[in-house]
Amino acid sequence: MTTTPVKPDLSSQSLAGSPILNLDTPGLLSKEFLQETLALARRLFIQLQRRPSTLIAGIIQPLMWLVLFGALFKNIPEGLFGTNQTYGQFLGAGVIVFTAFSGALNAGLPVMFDREFGFLNRLLVAPLASRFSIVLASAIFIATLSLIQTAAIVAVSALLGAGLPGLFGLGIVVSIVLLLVLGVTALSLGLAFALPGHIELIAVIFVTNLPLLFASTALVPLSFMPTWLRVIASLNPLSYAIEPIRYIYLHSDWSLGSIVLQAPWSSVTMGTALLVLLGFDVLALVSVQRLLRRSLA
Amino acid sequence: MAPAVLIQNLRKHYGQVEAVQDVSLQVEPGQIFGLLGPNGAGKTTTLRCLCTLTQPDSGKLEVAGVSVLKNPKAARQLLGYVAQEVALDKVLTGRELLQLQAALYHLPLGTIKERIQAMLALLDLEAYADQKTGTYSGGLRKRLDLAAGLLHQPQILVLDEPTVGLDIESRKVIWDFLRQLRDSGTTVLLTSHYLEEIDALADRVAIVDRGKVIAEGTPSQLKDQVGGDRVTLRIREFAPWEEAEKAKLLLQALPFVEDVLINTAQGNSLNLVVASQSEALATIQQALKEVGLPTFGIAQARPSLDDVYLAATGQTLMDAEVAAFSKRDPKAERKQNMR
Repeated sequence: MTTTPVKPDLSSQSLAGSPILNLDTPGLLSKEFLQETLALARRLFIQLQRRPSTLIAGIIQPLMWLVLFGALFKNIPEGLFGTNQTYGQFLGAGVIVFTAFSGALNAGLPVMFDREFGFLNRLLVAPLASRFSIVLASAIFIATLSLIQTAAIVAVSALLGAGLPGLFGLGIVVSIVLLLVLGVTALSLGLAFALPGHIELIAVIFVTNLPLLFASTALVPLSFMPTWLRVIASLNPLSYAIEPIRYIYLHSDWSLGSIVLQAPWSSVTMGTALLVLLGFDVLALVSVQRLLRRSLA
Repeated sequence: MAPAVLIQNLRKHYGQVEAVQDVSLQVEPGQIFGLLGPNGAGKTTTLRCLCTLTQPDSGKLEVAGVSVLKNPKAARQLLGYVAQEVALDKVLTGRELLQLQAALYHLPLGTIKERIQAMLALLDLEAYADQKTGTYSGGLRKRLDLAAGLLHQPQILVLDEPTVGLDIESRKVIWDFLRQLRDSGTTVLLTSHYLEEIDALADRVAIVDRGKVIAEGTPSQLKDQVGGDRVTLRIREFAPWEEAEKAKLLLQALPFVEDVLINTAQGNSLNLVVASQSEALATIQQALKEVGLPTFGIAQARPSLDDVYLAATGQTLMDAEVAAFSKRDPKAERKQNMR
């Protein structure tokens, strides 16, 4: 029926001539899956283009952190935050990771609004190849936003004198941001289907955001913290994203074997940190998979 | 040929509430089929089960011979669903919404542009296609929603309360359009709690009350089953009760009068059920004249669907509506409709 040429008169919608129904519906990674995923992502980008305030705020906010929060500790003795390092240099990695984290944490909000306004029903009555396209479109959108924000932060940090990692180093920075965004986006989308409404979702985002920031190495190194907080910060996935980036910024001779984090129980290498992030993603995806399947199957 | 829609013994409850207790119906291809009933009767839940939005407790659902529960993707391809509340993305233009819709139904890329253009022309939306849907009026929004539901040329169009909240002009446009659609072969299944809508549109109607189908047939069959004609008599613009009582006693004695009710809500007018015969009005007026009562107004009509509803449930649709309204829990309903 989809190949019938359309004329403005209704007679072209002939019932009698409709083809035999194909019950083999397309699945994941089919052409149809690509078509619906791109269309759903396009919608999010159109929204962003017509309402750019979230993006603008999302770029200004981390820069404020860099400039203002960085200035708070401007006059502390050099070297307090590690060897030959100003606080501005120290802070950059924290801001990159925290910004990506906050953005991904909000990924569930548009989906929640679609649920509340009934727009999601429009997607659910359609013969989608897989409803995973709804999740993937959100992930593509959020990842793109995070990379734009990261680029802005890296550029401004460089202007503020934090220097610039090499090309390969930047590649690792981008990978770390993507790994973190993937896991957090999955959790946020899971919450968007598990919670009753946007008020509850915003409340959860609100109570998650700052504690995870403060209980990480974003603002101060582990060595500044009391032991109990050091334990928490060493369990916080944010720390495993922050420390490798920070290390890459300071050491041009970094490698996967470089020790980036001194957890209370052992030292963590760059490679291990990346594996921890990967493990976090797997854990996040597995834990929300059942939830998403129930809501979207 | 398989029926366009087949629903058998559908059941669905939400917590303690039996939204649908036992609904069975069959819609033949090329019909407009109306589900009539007050709010809360289970019409929307029935449609949501049919369109794969809600998992029923039990029952059989088929569209064009395809099992909805076993083959939901194939069923979705055959169905177009237009929900009661128009959910448009107000930031998108009408055309962009249709583009999204086209991709969700996997229309071939080469045909999408002209398909959308044709659909916009069909629903007279061309002038608004490139404006954001946030600027649309209620009628425009509904038309765009219809266009979206029809873009993939479904065999069966399912509409939940298609004209609720619309002005008379917009309603008429939608009615005419649905008739055209039916005439070109599309099956239309719609719900309404407007009697006149079902009367004007539906080839067949099922009356739903408290989760059950209580009557089913063509509108005129149903009316004939109720039988008799309805006479509305007003002795005066506002008749005193005693006079109305007196007239009631008088008219009850007439051989062709089956029932008389005094309608206090309309100035003590009298509602009569009479055997279908043409001389009823003249006889009634003559009888009143003989005892010195005037006639302010008198009219005879065939029974309406409301009378059908009244005969089956003991209350008018309006009363049921009011009763249902006071019992509604908007918060719980919103939750049911969220996925």
